[in-house]
Amino acid sequence: MSSLLRLKSPITTIAGSILLVLLGLVPVFAMLLDDPFMLTLFTRIVIMAIAAVSLNLILGYGGMVSFGHAAYIGVGGYAIGILAHHGITEAWIQWPVALIGSALVALLIGLLSLRTKGIFFIMLTLALAQLVYYLGNGAYAYGGDDGLTILQRTDFGGLLDLNDKETLYYLCWVLLVIVLWLTYRVVNSRFGMVLQGAKSNDRRMATLGFPVFRYRLTAFVISGTICGLAGILTATYTDFISPAMMHWTRSGDLIVMVVLGGMGSLFGPLFGAVTFLMLEEILSSWTEYWKIVFGPILLLVVLFARGGIDGAMVRGAAGYALTGLITLFLIYVVHYLWYDDWIPAAVVLAGAAAAILAIWYRQRREAVAIASAGGDHA
Amino acid sequence: MLEPVLKVEGLVKRFGGLVATDNLNLDIREGEVHAVIGPNGAGKTTMISQLIGELRPDAGSIRFLGQDITHLPVHARSHLGIARSFQITSIFLNFTTLENIMLAVQAHDGHSFRFWKDARSDPRLREPAMAALEQVGLAHRAETVASVLSHGEHRQLEIAMALATRPKLLLLDEPMAGMGPEDSARMVTLLRQIKGSITMLLIEHDMDAVFALADRITVLVYGRGIATGEPDEIRRNEQVRQAYLGDEA
Ligand SMILES: Nc1ncnc2c1ncn2[C@@H]1O[C@H](COP(=O)(O)OP(=O)(O)OP(=O)(O)O)[C@@H](O)[C@H]1O
Ligand SMILES: [Mg+2]
Repeated sequence: MSSLLRLKSPITTIAGSILLVLLGLVPVFAMLLDDPFMLTLFTRIVIMAIAAVSLNLILGYGGMVSFGHAAYIGVGGYAIGILAHHGITEAWIQWPVALIGSALVALLIGLLSLRTKGIFFIMLTLALAQLVYYLGNGAYAYGGDDGLTILQRTDFGGLLDLNDKETLYYLCWVLLVIVLWLTYRVVNSRFGMVLQGAKSNDRRMATLGFPVFRYRLTAFVISGTICGLAGILTATYTDFISPAMMHWTRSGDLIVMVVLGGMGSLFGPLFGAVTFLMLEEILSSWTEYWKIVFGPILLLVVLFARGGIDGAMVRGAAGYALTGLITLFLIYVVHYLWYDDWIPAAVVLAGAAAAILAIWYRQRREAVAIASAGGDHA
Repeated sequence: MLEPVLKVEGLVKRFGGLVATDNLNLDIREGEVHAVIGPNGAGKTTMISQLIGELRPDAGSIRFLGQDITHLPVHARSHLGIARSFQITSIFLNFTTLENIMLAVQAHDGHSFRFWKDARSDPRLREPAMAALEQVGLAHRAETVASVLSHGEHRQLEIAMALATRPKLLLLDEPMAGMGPEDSARMVTLLRQIKGSITMLLIEHDMDAVFALADRITVLVYGRGIATGEPDEIRRNEQVRQAYLGDEA
């Protein structure tokens, strides 16, 4: 077996690529189904996938559990909203300001929190992000906790017309592909080795001669900047900014997406974001109390499918994971056809339960097989 | 006489009421293997942790190659040429054996703010790492994930990583800990090979290994150095026999 750090197995890469292509075709599906809402939903999914990929860089590869990543979505978004409010809509001003702003906030939060570890780090990132949240809340000039409507979208000159839904969607999609590609390069570079080494054993890293803090801080800033990009896009497609976009529960959602998809896997956060947001969308349309259903599903996945969706694929439960993803798409179609019906709800719950039981059963069988073979899984 | 490679003066480290390092003086000369022996809890690991910079001494100074390093951080000491192997194996369990060593090589091949080129296929890292694995006899395990190596192999990897940073001074904290006689013998052979080219501070409970390798020995008891000398002197030293060697020697 070779390193766990590579693209873990071809199956993940294939599934991830297929998913990316499918996402690229969403505008076509939306047109065929004549469903403009589909495009809106998937714009959100693609944007959150960018944010989840950014979190995965430090959480999955670097072991830094940032519980405040929504802050950068806020900073990126507010930069766009505030500039637009003052009549500055040129992309070449808005985007750099938003990205540099996110980077600076990440630098500050990183400087303050990265000296700590474990639960202290989690709590500090949460607290500092809440500080940013309250700044937004108190920004009365920009709507306070009511938020602020953006009257004019970013102006890309003659290059792009962001008022066109499809153009905006493709912009998000292309940026997602670029961010994935960048992440792939970075985690396999020397810098990426340091990041992963520090996750594995930071004490040894220092003894070997690495000034670990500097590398972690750099990764933290890169991650915050990419997350700021997701903020820019969020503000753009909703034409709205408000403190709600950086509420701590949003940070929690991002962590769940990464864990659900598979930490430290390139495509993991993509699987996680798609699954999370589609389930949320479907379940919340069926019942007001969807969180009661959603919570246990997530819990089961985290408990029984270690390594998330990606882990299930790598362990050979590819069939189940793929079936799960395909089922999700089918359910979405069913959901689209019979809106507000309880039958699909029953189907998805039964399906999810069956898939999880199947994975669990198979894992147990494998565990027994490994144990009787002498435990050598080299 | 030449200035020693490492000069420790008046080193003190307290843990609450316990004095783990008690006014310790130590000279390590260029090229020698200097063994530090002492009963469990004598403060040997605590001493190494201060030399490498993980623990901050309460008093005293540490000079390395004429430079005061008492307050230097761990990573900076590594770049001056001090390497450490851990008493309890400390490796990157989810990396392959080769990748473990490649990280050590990378640490001393300029900065790592390199974000683009694939590190694993970089011959500047692979080739020296492979050579280090061959040196310790682990080349056949290069592509194996470190977590599944045997205990003996872990110990070899531990040493190989320290060696791959090309240190001038190697601090070895019980390299033979938990090894069977065969693995121990192989480790002694390995240390003998590098003896002379790298100055070593060797902590070890295995007295056969100590007397086979050491040029000089310091005996540590309750954090105090009670004697330093050549192996024969130490064997004959009455105080040492009483305090530590007992009937063994
Ligand atoms: N971080 C710490 N906090 C409090 N006490 C400590 C700490 N580290 C070590 N000690 C104590 O200091 C003393 C010296 O410990 P040390 O580990 O240096 O001994 P040692 O000589 O390496 O022993 P061994 O041969 O068992 O490895 C022991 O009494 C130990 O309990
Ligand atoms: Mg010890």
